Amino acid sequence: MTKYLRAAFFLLVVRPVLLVILGVNLRGRENLPTKGPAVIAANHNSHLDTLTLLALFPLRDLPRLRPVAAMDYFLKNKILAWFALNIIGIIPLARGVVKKNPLADLEEALDRGDILILFPEGSRGEPEQRTEFKRGVAYLAKARPQTPIHPVFMHGLGKALPKGSLFLVPFNCDVIVGEPFTWEEPVSAFMETLEDRMNALAERGHFPRWE
Amino acid sequence: METFNGLPLRVLYAIGVIYAVLIVASLIVFVLRKSSPGEATEELSRRVTSWWWMITVFTIAIVTNRIVSTVFLGFVAFLAFKEYLSLIPTRRVDRLILLFAYWAIPVQFYFAHEGRYGLFLTFIPVWMFLFFPMAMTLAGKTEGFLRAVGTLSWGMMITVFALSHTAMLLSAGAGGVIAAGPAGGAGLLLFLVALTQFNDVAQFTWGKLFGRHKITPRVSPKKTWEGFLGGLASTAIAAALAGPYLTPLSMQWAAAGGAMIAIAGFLGDITISAFKRDLGVKDSGGLIPGHGGILDRVDSLTYSAPVFYHAMHFFVFSGRIT
Repeated sequence: MTKYLRAAFFLLVVRPVLLVILGVNLRGRENLPTKGPAVIAANHNSHLDTLTLLALFPLRDLPRLRPVAAMDYFLKNKILAWFALNIIGIIPLARGVVKKNPLADLEEALDRGDILILFPEGSRGEPEQRTEFKRGVAYLAKARPQTPIHPVFMHGLGKALPKGSLFLVPFNCDVIVGEPFTWEEPVSAFMETLEDRMNALAERGHFPRWE
Repeated sequence: METFNGLPLRVLYAIGVIYAVLIVASLIVFVLRKSSPGEATEELSRRVTSWWWMITVFTIAIVTNRIVSTVFLGFVAFLAFKEYLSLIPTRRVDRLILLFAYWAIPVQFYFAHEGRYGLFLTFIPVWMFLFFPMAMTLAGKTEGFLRAVGTLSWGMMITVFALSHTAMLLSAGAGGVIAAGPAGGAGLLLFLVALTQFNDVAQFTWGKLFGRHKITPRVSPKKTWEGFLGGLASTAIAAALAGPYLTPLSMQWAAAGGAMIAIAGFLGDITISAFKRDLGVKDSGGLIPGHGGILDRVDSLTYSAPVFYHAMHFFVFSGRIT
């Protein structure tokens, strides 16, 4: 049942809003994964990031797309938790200090052939300003070294709906998908590759100032 | 003669002629793909395919009824304004003012739909012009104030206000007060839009074939005198042929109108080029394959629509020339 609700939500709400109110300039569509397991690593500016990334894929892929989201934020009340788990289809991730392997759920999902969507910045932060990537993505890549990591750079959604705002203001947004890469030793080298690739993607676009 | 929903049959026949031209263009592309395949031909092919889409959407919009037509034209203005705002630097503090600016679009097109000439003329150039700086002043951030209010006002004028003249042309035929001609407001709109786009293509083609002397080497290096004058002559001839059928204009006046659309269209084209060049972008967006963004497609119309409308208003609707 929720499977159909999820498809209907994307077909009837998310896609029309993205098409009409926002406009997505997508570059590098050919670099999107067509099958799992795979990891999408994107920069994070807005709640709209997740919805936009999910809407880039055909509807039939929806059940295999799993955004990774902070447990403390999205499971804080029952309604939001139901929506996040069933409609958005998140895998909740504990932030901060945890005892057992916090990536266990993600590894399991990859083993099932899911496509994970994760934001290595860990938070939306200030809109359209990138913060340092957290290293969790590197540990995940290390645990599943064959899994392709697809870097995605996004711009503009932080202007449309920044953190702390209730009003959606129409802006076109850019989504640039890069070529996938896989795990490399050590963690610091992997993180450097991710940063470099993200910077290279960012330089392909024209992004006006926003202050 | 009218169709069941009051649309003059002449509009339908004229659209039929446009499709005939489109079929010829597609046949030429088909032959070119066989005889000289390459990236240039593929680009041309993408453009022609996009023309099929654009002309079909436009046809559905103007054939259905006038409300649908006006909503469609307002939506085009919205897309152009959104593209503009996405390209320019903006301030976070102005977000709600930008949201408000978007809401001015339905208001402006409502005034156009109702044919409220006074409100139509003053809403953006007077009221929004005064409102934006006031709202930004009250928001309290003075850094970048002049740039923010200047770019917002200009963008609102060049996209929303200028393009809303298309909807005003449509309502010129409503109510039977004004002599809109044998094909009504829809005929006038079709005359303006088809000739503006025809002029773009004609200038491009003449320029490709014979272009040598550049007009504006710094702003738009591909624009040549040969292309401009060839387009001007072609558009004037096309207007002379279509004018008496679609508008209240005689053949001579229609040719003059066509020449005016060609000149205005050219100026609109290079004005948007100057704006893009200042921002360092080639295309305003990626909405229309082979063409670029919506602003790349309606650039000529941002000048030709107000110029044609106000010339019609002054000379024809007023009865100064008949």
